[in-house]
Amino acid sequence: MSEPLFSKKNIKLLSDPINDSNPITVQVLGICSALAVTAQLKPSIVMAISVTAVLALANVIVSLLRNTIPNRIRIIVQLVIIAALVILVDQVLKAFVYDVSKQLSVFVGLIITNCIIMGRLEAFALGNRPWQSFLDGIGNAAGYGVILIIVGFFRELLGSGSLLGYNIIPESWYIANGGFYENNGLMVLSPMALIVVGIIIWVQRGRNRKLIED
Amino acid sequence: MENLINIFVKSIFIENMVFAYFFGMCSYLAVSKKVSTATGLGIAVIFVLGITVPVNYLLEKFVLNEGALVWLGEGFANVDLSFLRFIMFIAIIASMVQLVEMIVEKFAPDLYNQLGIFLPLIAVNCAILGGSLFLQQKAFINVGEATVYGIGSGVGWFLAIVGIAAIREKIEYSNVPAPLRGLGITFIVTGLMGLAFMGFGGIKL
Repeated sequence: MSEPLFSKKNIKLLSDPINDSNPITVQVLGICSALAVTAQLKPSIVMAISVTAVLALANVIVSLLRNTIPNRIRIIVQLVIIAALVILVDQVLKAFVYDVSKQLSVFVGLIITNCIIMGRLEAFALGNRPWQSFLDGIGNAAGYGVILIIVGFFRELLGSGSLLGYNIIPESWYIANGGFYENNGLMVLSPMALIVVGIIIWVQRGRNRKLIED
Repeated sequence: MENLINIFVKSIFIENMVFAYFFGMCSYLAVSKKVSTATGLGIAVIFVLGITVPVNYLLEKFVLNEGALVWLGEGFANVDLSFLRFIMFIAIIASMVQLVEMIVEKFAPDLYNQLGIFLPLIAVNCAILGGSLFLQQKAFINVGEATVYGIGSGVGWFLAIVGIAAIREKIEYSNVPAPLRGLGITFIVTGLMGLAFMGFGGIKL
């Protein structure tokens, strides 16, 4: 390979999706799973790791095969590769973190139709070398994971007063114990995930003016 | 009969694909700029869900579940193929979408031209795969219930996308803060619609 593994261009592949071309807030890919699993922090982290594994590996495999896949059946080929990787992830989750796997329920399977994966395969892996595709996969999955973890952090903290299952808000603050504080039950409900992401988009675009639409 | 109506109403309002589970969000956000295209895509989703859910139900019942292959002979009683669920479901969905595409092209060329690229993209719409994956949790007793569930979920998705498209057409005339324009306000409006739909949550059927 003529250029170094971590040349400036390759680093950009890794860092761009975290802010300027974030898959969720800018490219609008992979929203469904991002919203549904974020009521608590732990499933958000597990989901972020699973998507990272599937996206990076799928990108590499498709990139290796890119010159042999016939154009007309490429969607089916990609779906089969993704589905096989997702089955692997699902079995690993069931074996090592069974309770989280129960909590994620159908959403592990839905990684297959997570548009972030199809989107990156179509847009990047089909036209680039394996190492670049690997970096692109890691970068995009990180951008996705960052949003997931921010949303999960706020929803668990404000909705249940805990993080990763540990209580953060002191017991004596609660009204039941003579204090002044009450958990915001609204944050646990699913529509609040949308509003939290809306606010993240607002903050991000407020700071990064070139992303504003129209 | 009463049971079927219950499943239908429940899958449209109480367990709405978009507002309760966030399924099919990507195309929901991408295709909801105009009411006319949103209507076309919604109809196609009803169509595909109505076909794939019962087909996958039969597949699960007679092939994938543990011991489901017993109709082939006694020797198959211990075969458990449930780990193949994802790959089988997505294969069925991809081929059904292909089939629907050919049928629509042949018999309704107008609709085909309107839908354009969105018809093949239904294969990767999570609402479709989600509908099939939920079958396992719902434990329907016969294929009729599964069909009604599929069509009901599709109608729920149709309502949601046509609703948001109508709201977005109106929002064009409002003065939204610049960083919130476009995607941001759509998220927040969807969240508010979701809160409104939660009002159906108390209904027991």
